[in-house]
Amino acid sequence: MVTPGISPQEPRRVTGADGMIDPVTGEQRVIAPGHTFRSVTEKLSRIVLTPHTPVGWFLGLGLAGSVAILLLVAVTWLFLKGTGIWGITIPVAWGFAIINFVWWIGIGHAGTLISAILLLFKQKWRNSINRFAEAMTLFAVVCAAMYPVIHTGRPWLAIYWLFPYPNTMNYWPQFRSPLMWDVFAVSTYATISVVFWYIGMIPDLGTMRDRAKSKFARFVYGNMALGWRGSTRHWMRYETASLLLAGLATPLVLSVHTVISFDFAVAIMPGWHTTIFPPYFVAGAIYSGFAMVLTLAIPIRKFYHLEDLITLRHLDNCGKVMLATGFIVAYGYSTDIAYAWYSADKWEFFMAWNRIFGPMGWSYWILIVSNILIPLTTLWSRKLRQNVVFLFILSLIVNTGMWFERFVIVVVSLTRDYLPGSWGTYKATRWDYMTFIGTLGLFTFLFFLFIRLLPMIPMSEIRQILPGAKINEAELQQRGGH
Amino acid sequence: MPVQEGIYGLLAEFDTPTELVIAAQASYQAGYRRMDCYTPYPVEEAAEAMGFDEPAEKGVSRVCLLGGILGGLAMFTLESWISIWAYPLNIAGRGKWSWPAFVVPAYEWTILWAGLSAGFGMLALNRLPAPYHPLFNAPNFRNGATSDKFFLCLEAHDPKFSIAETRALLESFNPVSVVEVEH
Repeated sequence: MVTPGISPQEPRRVTGADGMIDPVTGEQRVIAPGHTFRSVTEKLSRIVLTPHTPVGWFLGLGLAGSVAILLLVAVTWLFLKGTGIWGITIPVAWGFAIINFVWWIGIGHAGTLISAILLLFKQKWRNSINRFAEAMTLFAVVCAAMYPVIHTGRPWLAIYWLFPYPNTMNYWPQFRSPLMWDVFAVSTYATISVVFWYIGMIPDLGTMRDRAKSKFARFVYGNMALGWRGSTRHWMRYETASLLLAGLATPLVLSVHTVISFDFAVAIMPGWHTTIFPPYFVAGAIYSGFAMVLTLAIPIRKFYHLEDLITLRHLDNCGKVMLATGFIVAYGYSTDIAYAWYSADKWEFFMAWNRIFGPMGWSYWILIVSNILIPLTTLWSRKLRQNVVFLFILSLIVNTGMWFERFVIVVVSLTRDYLPGSWGTYKATRWDYMTFIGTLGLFTFLFFLFIRLLPMIPMSEIRQILPGAKINEAELQQRGGH
Repeated sequence: MPVQEGIYGLLAEFDTPTELVIAAQASYQAGYRRMDCYTPYPVEEAAEAMGFDEPAEKGVSRVCLLGGILGGLAMFTLESWISIWAYPLNIAGRGKWSWPAFVVPAYEWTILWAGLSAGFGMLALNRLPAPYHPLFNAPNFRNGATSDKFFLCLEAHDPKFSIAETRALLESFNPVSVVEVEH
């Protein structure tokens, strides 16, 4: 993920006359040259504090909001009628709801990876994209967490077996079930993501408070900034807290998709009961999450003219992460088949055959083409990784492919298990589609609100990587007098 | 807190972090202790210059560790209590105290409470939220401290503080300005 440093003696890599190679160190810059503390502050706070909201934003928000209404309608009808309106049957009792749950939460994982794991690895390029990647995590978790809850049919009655609290029935949850583990994994993930995101935003909220012109904005941002004044003592504790949160979020994000894979792997269904599931699920999550980061970052940088802060290097690096995690996913697919063969278990063998050549085999080929064939052959090329239009299309392909991966795991495995007498099929109803499309609308709606109301690129972290932030050691020695 | 009146301190404004660090270092060497730097992003050298060593303070890390241990223990104890006494269930013939299954929620709660403690502990140690602070009265503070300026404040309750001498010391670092901050 690190672009290797080039010493000044070596021939420079030519990437055009855009000044992206630092002439002194020979390293590729993270952000375009020419920015100062003030220009960064102005450019990024103006997006939020401008009195002139772009018309495109209203259009986008309106469109996303109308799509989100589908979700409202679908969920209302669901609560009135029950889960019978969905396509779920026996044997396929887990349909779209669980596919979408796993898909959404997987998308969220890239945000945590960027904000936590890349912070621990001191990857400075993450600074431009971490805030909106974390926002993406939050909104994806909102969409994801909704599914298992509405899948219970009557969530207001589900609370007593989901959360351990003293109730009048003297009933307590059953902690030996992976579904209970999921409740704690996902609720912890949502909480820690909110805390990490909010704490990361406090210094920037201080900037917004100090730069806002309107009284209302000053009041709101002033309250949200909690009185942040940039004291060095505060900053040092703040940095420690950020590091600790990153160190905690890293094992957390790995555990969340691991626990989700336990929902499957602990069951004895052919195709589910494998030990490869945890790493394979985590890699798939990061793969689809980075695809979603690209889906969001590419239009945003274009629309808000942020090409100098979200540079080609960022897109290039996202492409590299996708290449690496894509190969882990490909390894997972091949292990699935190898396991079916090596187990010498005819049920496992039949499951693999059914996935590839069965009546729903088309879904398997969609995922092979869109998760492996297209991305893993093209992402090797630096030219293509820096081609914005190509990357955008590719990110949509990978997101589709990853949705079908979950379709194959959830639905295709369930349609045909041990006894042919209990085989069945699955057909999603319009309510399934409406709920899914509705959450896409909700996610986009929340994201539109976020980019308009909060600073989407962390100003304080961008300032740290500006050349002006370097302490001049020579001057310090000379004037400091030691 | 009793109502305080009079002067909170003298605030010097600088354009670059290097000038700030030099000034902080020299003030510390001149014997000032009640002081703080205000910067738009974390400047570790400024903390060193004024003798503030966060890793040695260990406040945030200790709160985080304590929160994590308590969170994990709380969940593990709750699960054990539920499974043994409150609502014992026979799940596939496993013993009542089948603790390996309890590790996952306890692990998640360790992270949950460690994270919450780190976040809120940091705010508490920083005495935040603090909607009012005398520094916000300084005319130039809000224009720069969260954007592009670097400030050093020598506070009035330092025993060495005297308006004339302290001002002279701060002026010697060639700041953009030195202003008095009222309570």
